[in-house]
Amino acid sequence: MHRTLITWLQAAPLTVILLGFLVAPIIMIVIVSFWGATEFSIYPDFQFENYQFLFNSPVTYKVFFATFKYAFITWAFTLAIGFTVAYFLAFHVRSQTTQIALFLLCTIPFWTSNIIRMISWIPFLGRNGIANQTLMSWGVIDAPLDWLLYSDFSVILAFVHLYTLFMVVPIFNTMMRIDKSLLEAARDAGASGFQTLCHLIIPLTKPGIMIGTIFVVTLVMGDFITVRFMSGSQKANVGRLISNDIALLQYPSAAATAVVLLCTVLIMIAIMLRFVNIRKEL
Amino acid sequence: MEQRPRSFYVLASFFGLFILFLYGPTLTIALLSFQGPQGGLTFPMNGVSLYWFRDLFEQQAVGDIWGAFRRSLILGFMVMITTVVGSVMAGLAFRKRFAGSSVLFYLAITSLVIPSILISLGVGLIFNQLGFRVHWATSGFGSQLTWTLPFGLLIMFAVFNRFDKSYEEAARDQGASAWQTIRFVVVPIISPSLIGVALFGFTLSYDEFARTLLTAGSYNTLPLEIFGMTTNVTTPVIYALGTLTTLFSLCVIGFFLFVVWILGKRRSRFGSDAGKGL
Repeated sequence: MHRTLITWLQAAPLTVILLGFLVAPIIMIVIVSFWGATEFSIYPDFQFENYQFLFNSPVTYKVFFATFKYAFITWAFTLAIGFTVAYFLAFHVRSQTTQIALFLLCTIPFWTSNIIRMISWIPFLGRNGIANQTLMSWGVIDAPLDWLLYSDFSVILAFVHLYTLFMVVPIFNTMMRIDKSLLEAARDAGASGFQTLCHLIIPLTKPGIMIGTIFVVTLVMGDFITVRFMSGSQKANVGRLISNDIALLQYPSAAATAVVLLCTVLIMIAIMLRFVNIRKEL
Repeated sequence: MEQRPRSFYVLASFFGLFILFLYGPTLTIALLSFQGPQGGLTFPMNGVSLYWFRDLFEQQAVGDIWGAFRRSLILGFMVMITTVVGSVMAGLAFRKRFAGSSVLFYLAITSLVIPSILISLGVGLIFNQLGFRVHWATSGFGSQLTWTLPFGLLIMFAVFNRFDKSYEEAARDQGASAWQTIRFVVVPIISPSLIGVALFGFTLSYDEFARTLLTAGSYNTLPLEIFGMTTNVTTPVIYALGTLTTLFSLCVIGFFLFVVWILGKRRSRFGSDAGKGL
């Protein structure tokens, strides 16, 4: 009895925070999603109007589609880049000190500000930015490209820039746990480098890929600030739909959209968690 | 040494390009923040000066950068300490079976994957309906913890997965009490990882944006202040600010890594005397 009490006390701070700032807010959002709103206030009610409006509006479907599109393209790029980088670090760098140093070099940007990292693309991508100037001086293009900044291109570029880290770290982590003697055995048995990669390394790295996927997909699905900033408010995703409603004080309708988004994300995560045991893989 | 295969050089160049991709933009704005007084947001450099840095230290026309910096700093420390204490305690709890442990684990995972704007919206709504004022040190603090605590918990899982239990057993065999085992054996062994958790706690809080957006109240934290500037500031002063806060982050990271390094040194010096007996 005494022991159980201590265990519960140890778990208490986490539990209290999660109950107060995760569970309660979700419950509140679900409740408010049934409320009504006037132009300047919200009032308790039990109506399905917010959901009706949401599901009957063609904008909703378009915006959800755009959100999935961002998530999928970003996922594909972060996975390809993240896997290659992790593979290089884990199997081609021989000294452990170099390995740690290069790994830190990859993770340091994670600890700096996302907003500044977004801002830092402006001198690159703008109409008179470095990219356009370079391409024009090389004679590749005659007029500056307009679609470099404030477009789907810049949004996805920023996502890949911000979130590839979330792929590199878990994939590198699982790769480091692969028993090196397996690689030797594969080579002794006559496998080519490519065969070792396909039949040994990729299958054994799947848990890391899954964890990275969970992070990247959820970060992109829930984002509103990258899309707003990098598209110059010209593109929309679900997060922006919610934040626009919030700005207009339409909390019930924001809450309804939030509930739908949350369900979508949780269903996706539940499916992905079937393929990986997070606690074991860390 | 075995000769390196050709794939090494291909992958090494890819890695180099990736690093350039990661750091290039930040270095560009660092360079551009030294624009002359007439300089714009992009190249060419219109002279070289410290004009925009000086501008930051003078009376601000927009916002209150230094106040925001101070608030972010205090909040960062609050979140850091709570994250370290909270995740170590939870990590210890999760080493044992207890009723509700899997519910709590999935809640922590949910907390990591939930779109940040939902936390912002939900906490904001609760505070409004209860008639409390949102403030960075209350609602903002709690909202940030929903992101840093689960992160800390995951790190603690990683730490305890690698923890050699025989140290604890040895301590107990020597007659250490449960508390002594934790205080003098477990905590010193995991201390480098705790520095890591502290680094996560501080930097994630210092840069947090989405979860603080609707929960910080009328006094902005630094990321909120910077975001406000992006909509109405069109001079390199924003690059100067970006460069300074990135430098600050780098110093913080450097400091934490240095502490970890010192701990490692001490450990190898005073840790084990195996093999030194005779």
